[in-house]
Parts: sequence; C-alpha cells; structure tokens
Amino acid sequence: MAKNILIKNGFVIDPANKINQKANVYVVDGKIAEVSKFEPKADLIIDAAGKYVLPGLIDIHVHFREPGDEEEETIASGSAAAVAGGFTSVVCMPNTDPAIDDATSVEYIHRMGRQARRTHVYVMGAITKGRAGEQLSEMGFMTQAGAVGFTDDGSGVQNAAVMLRALKYSSMFKNIVISQHCQDNLLAGAGAMNAGFNSTVLGLPGIDPLAEEMMLWRDIQLVRKTNMRYHVQHVSTAKSAELIRQAKNDCLPITCEVAPHHLLLTDDACCDYDTNYKVNPPLRTAKDIEAIKQAIKDGVIDALASDHAPHLKSEKELEFLAAPFGIASLECALGLYIKALIEPKIIDWPQLVSIMAVNPAKIISVDKGTLGKGKQADITIIDPDFEYTVDVNKFRSKSKNCPYDGWKLKGKVEYTIVGGEIRYSTFATV
Amino acid sequence: MSKKEFIWNRKHLIGLRELSREEIEYILDTAQGFEQVSTRSIKKAPTLRGKVVVNLFFEDSTRTRNSFTLAANRLSADVIEFTQKSSSVSKGETLLDTARNLEAMGIDIVVIRHSAGGAPKFLSRNINACVVNAGDGYCEHPTQGLLDTFTIRKIKGSLEGLKIAIVGDIAHSRVARSDIYAMTKLGAEVTLVGPPTLMPAKVSQLPVQVSYSLDAVIGQVDVINMLRIQFERMGTNPFPSIKEYSHYFGLTVERMKKAKKDILVMHPGPINRGVEIESEVADGTNSVILQQVTNGLAVRMAVLFLVNQAAMAKE
Repeated sequence: MAKNILIKNGFVIDPANKINQKANVYVVDGKIAEVSKFEPKADLIIDAAGKYVLPGLIDIHVHFREPGDEEEETIASGSAAAVAGGFTSVVCMPNTDPAIDDATSVEYIHRMGRQARRTHVYVMGAITKGRAGEQLSEMGFMTQAGAVGFTDDGSGVQNAAVMLRALKYSSMFKNIVISQHCQDNLLAGAGAMNAGFNSTVLGLPGIDPLAEEMMLWRDIQLVRKTNMRYHVQHVSTAKSAELIRQAKNDCLPITCEVAPHHLLLTDDACCDYDTNYKVNPPLRTAKDIEAIKQAIKDGVIDALASDHAPHLKSEKELEFLAAPFGIASLECALGLYIKALIEPKIIDWPQLVSIMAVNPAKIISVDKGTLGKGKQADITIIDPDFEYTVDVNKFRSKSKNCPYDGWKLKGKVEYTIVGGEIRYSTFATV
Repeated sequence: MSKKEFIWNRKHLIGLRELSREEIEYILDTAQGFEQVSTRSIKKAPTLRGKVVVNLFFEDSTRTRNSFTLAANRLSADVIEFTQKSSSVSKGETLLDTARNLEAMGIDIVVIRHSAGGAPKFLSRNINACVVNAGDGYCEHPTQGLLDTFTIRKIKGSLEGLKIAIVGDIAHSRVARSDIYAMTKLGAEVTLVGPPTLMPAKVSQLPVQVSYSLDAVIGQVDVINMLRIQFERMGTNPFPSIKEYSHYFGLTVERMKKAKKDILVMHPGPINRGVEIESEVADGTNSVILQQVTNGLAVRMAVLFLVNQAAMAKE
C-alpha cells in the first residue's frame, strides 16, 4: 500500500465541503491530508485529468446472501462487485438464512467484510427475531456489535404494535435508524408484479401500490408519536413519495431511498415474463417514475441505493410466479443513476454525490461521505464521459440476474480507493 | 388478403391476445374442416403420423386434457400423458428441466397447462418443440376462447355486432381473457358482469363494457357465458357468501325469463350447479355447453395441425 497518494488534476466534487472544482487530493496514511492546488511529492500519483474525484459512494441497501446462500453471493464476491461499482461502503440487509438477528451474526458479517478487504461492510440487524415480525431482536447487543440500523427487509413489520415497540425501544441507542420495507402482506397477497393493466393481461397476481402506501402511512403515524428516526426503503410509488414529502414538511425524522429500477423500468418490462424484471416492490408505472424523479429533484429522496439482490440463473430460470424477486445491479448502479438523473438534467453532479455519499453516510451515522481533511480516504474516481456496455459475464458478483445486460451506460469507475488503498482499478488487477 | 393467400406461420399458440382477426378466423375455418373427421366410421386423419404430442399438465383437468388427447389421436400422433403427481416435478424438478428431458425424447408438440401465468411462453422461449397453451394461471386459455367463438359462429353465423356477456369471476378467469380477445376481434361487443371484487385491475382498458348487474344486462345480450368461480385461486373471500353471489349473478330460470328467446347459454365447465347456473338452465334448450365440448375437439385438432405445419415449414 502506497503511504502517500496524490490524485492530481481531477475535478473534485465534495458537496459536504462545497468543493466543485479542479483540484488535487492528497492522501497520507489512509486519510485525506489536503484538497487544493498544492502538488506534493507522493509514492503514487494518479493523473485524474478529465475525471471526477468523489467521496466514496455508499450503498445502504445490498444483499450479500451470506450466511446461507453463498452460492448466490458471498461477502467477498459482493464486496468485489461493490468496489467495481464505485462503492466504498455498503450496508448488508439481514434477510439471510439464518437472519442476522443477534450480535454474533453482526460480528460475523464485519469479520467477513474485513477479510474480503474490498469495501467497508456494514450491516443492519433484523428488527424482530428471525424476521418473523413478532418479538424484538436484541437491538442493544447488535448496536454494540456495530449494527448501523435495523430492518426486517424482504418483508415489512406487519404488526403495528411491534413496529411501535421497535421505534420506542431503539430510542435508547444513539444514531440508530429503523428501516422499513413498506408492504402490507395481506394487501400484497401472492403478487408477482405491479397490479395494473399489465398484470391483468399477463394473468399474474398484482401487488397493489396501496400495499406499500398503507404501511408507509401507518408508520408515519408511529413516527409522529415516537419522533424516532425512520427510513423508507426502495420507494416505488408516486403516492409514497408524496407521503414522505408531507411527513418531511411536518419535520418528522424520516429519510428514504430509491433503487435504480424504480427510475428506469416500468411494469411494461414484465410483458415477456422475463424474471429478471421481477422485483419487490415491483416495477410500477411511468407516472410513478416521473413523481419519484421529481421528488429526487426536490430533495425529498435522501439516498440512491442499488437494492442489489443476486440470484442464481437456475433460480430465475423459472415461471414468473415461481422465480424469486431481485436484480443484481451493484456494478452498474452508478451508470444507471447517471442515465436516469444526470443525462436528463434532473439533478447535477453535486446533487448526485450528495444522495450517493453524503446523505447515505448520515442515514447510517458513519463519518463518511466527504473528502474533508482528516477523514478516512474513501474515494471514487470516475470518467463521466466514458461509455460502456453492461456485460453481466464480467460481473464480479456471483449472480448475473441483471436486466441491464447490453445497456450502454456512461460514467465508468476507474478507481475505488478505500481507506487510502486502491481496491479497484480499471487499469490493473487489484 | 384472401383466405387462400393466408399463411399460418406460428409454431406456438400461446394466447389469442397476440393473434390477428385473420389468424383467429383461419383457425376457426380450419377447425370447420376437421369437424367431419369425427363423423367418419374410422375417426382418424394421418396428419400428425409419426409426431409425438406431450400433454404436460401441471393442473387437474378432465375435458381439456381428454380433448387434446383425442385430438392428437385423431390426427394419428403418439401421445405422452404427463401428470405432475407421478413425475419428477414432485421430486423438485423444474418446469424447464422437465421439458428439456421430454424434448430429449424427441417430442414435437407440448400441450401445457400450468398454474403460473406465462409458463407456456417461458417454455416456448426455451425449447424447440411447438408449444400449445392449454391454460396458464389466469392469463389465457386460447383453445377454449377459440371453441367458444367457434360455437357462437357456427350457430349465429357470425360474431359481428353480437352482444355477449361474460359473467362471474373475471379476475381469475383465463377463459374470460381469451374470450374477450377472440370475440372482440371478430366484431362482438363484450360486457363483463360480476362483483367489483372479481374484476381485474384496470379492466376498463380492455375493449369491453363492465357491469355489476346481471339483471341490467341479461335482456340485451345474444350470448351469455357463465364462468366458474375459481375458489382455488382466491385468497380472501371476494364476496360474502355463495348464496349472495348466486342471488346477484346466478343464471336462474327466473332470470332467463328476461333473456332473448334465442340467447346462447355457455359455460366452459366444470359447472358448479346451483351456484353460477341452475341445472335447468345448464341443461335447457338455450344451453350449448355440450356443443362447446364437441367443438373443442375440432378446434384442438386444427391448432395441433397448424402449429405442426408452421414448425415443418420452418425446418
């Protein structure tokens, strides 16, 4: 590992420090030493002319399938995918088998993350034991072990009393967020896609947008009562965006994220029964996309996650009804967000960096998302104009269930530097 | 384009939604030609001799399966009967593995019934044999739609301008969807009748009228197709009781008094007697339910014949 790295001539975008200009970034002993025109001697010099130098991107919603389904993804393979996608930190969801619902499991994820030596690996613990939605899991012990939040992701906590208890109980612990996969199971039923005209003609059971919106509305009332930090995962409907907007106007401590597929794909994509388009929450309509993009523009949406959900080909090679939900998207998430938000000029680069680095760090309460002096040197360098074609066969992820295969995207990650160490480079095997 | 110039080139029959009016009429015309095979002393045609048809049924079925079997037999094909309960599927084998294994045995046509919408399409993308949909979830049941249309055309001469009511569990009915596509393409006006809880999402985007009152519709229509309530596909009850459902949507002798004298009463079967239709109506003079079954044979012979022809043309 080079002791000193000088990244020179790059265009530095660091919204936390209001930097949006050409500058050099100097890294010493794994920390940011300086961002300026200063050009000190260094062990390693990276010429970033024409490139954007960003605080390392943070993905607060990934599924690495370990423990339990290591054939789909491991923390090692997922971490490799993450750095290839420009992410210096990721947050693993606890819907593994067994669920991550105790301190030992949290420690295990951290240990495997450290061993992988790619990206920083954080974890959210399950809100309830076994994600069964009944009994609170040991949030205190998990917090002590380093969990950055709690969620039963994969399903929502159905019982309002349990959710209320989770919000109240978690108030004992500093900087902990309760995250929710908003979906009322009874309203969602056995749905496989968005409920609408397409589900009608495809003869597939639909998931009504209400299933998401009802639970979100319920939880907003619980947050109103407890004033506890609450995070909405993968917002998919226009009404959900509106509910969050109203809640924020009421100054409730609510944050939210979206996933790339809810900005780029509608339920029309399911019309050929291609299971790569089967996700939960399901792909919605063009109107929903429009509303969510507007919410991003207005700052209502706090974070962009990938909701990276890898599955084996054999698992997806089934009837639409039988196949599991999920898209593997870590390695192309940045390009997808550029396509969805930068290219149509909905937001600019500093805004993108805010919702892919600054805000995610705040949501999980880690001291990251900035190139401030003395901060850990987590840096992503990208070529914003470089066009590439998504090729799932080149994915580091063990799974290739990605509907974007063959898409042309802009914005290629050139270097991912984690703690001052180059963990990914397009120019060499790291 | 005249009928003689028309060339059928589909080696799969997945659904009627994707077919043009010409294609539907071509199948019906072809079926008409096959009707007489069943009236011969030796009820056989050599059309599929040397071909293998697999009945790949993942759901219980009596009339559709037997109809396809008989249709294939009458065209001189060899028929393999597959049932989920006695297959490797019960040991965890996937649909695709099952189909690929069968294909390795040299099959030509797969007739598939499956509880999952899209299963036939999925199969058609992954195997070389012809695929005929015998009902997938609540997506489509194209041969039922064709035989219903064939039956109406045979009796009424044409569907152009006819008013047709499809009554009951529209949400879970693959028959309703195939009927809608076929009947409207052939010029009929279709009204869906049932409680709002049994109407699918955004149903108004289909080329149909919707009514929640059978009494308001019964006097206007030339054909009424009563659907079975698909209890097995429902989660929570979409209506309070069978008694109340029958009261509002059952085709009773009393209600038939309001109907046109020459109304055709149809039902895809199996019938829940006394629920969606009273026995006296099901067996009454306006009923064409058994004719539907008879016509199904000719329609399925036509479909097997046509997909095989298309496959051979592509070889």
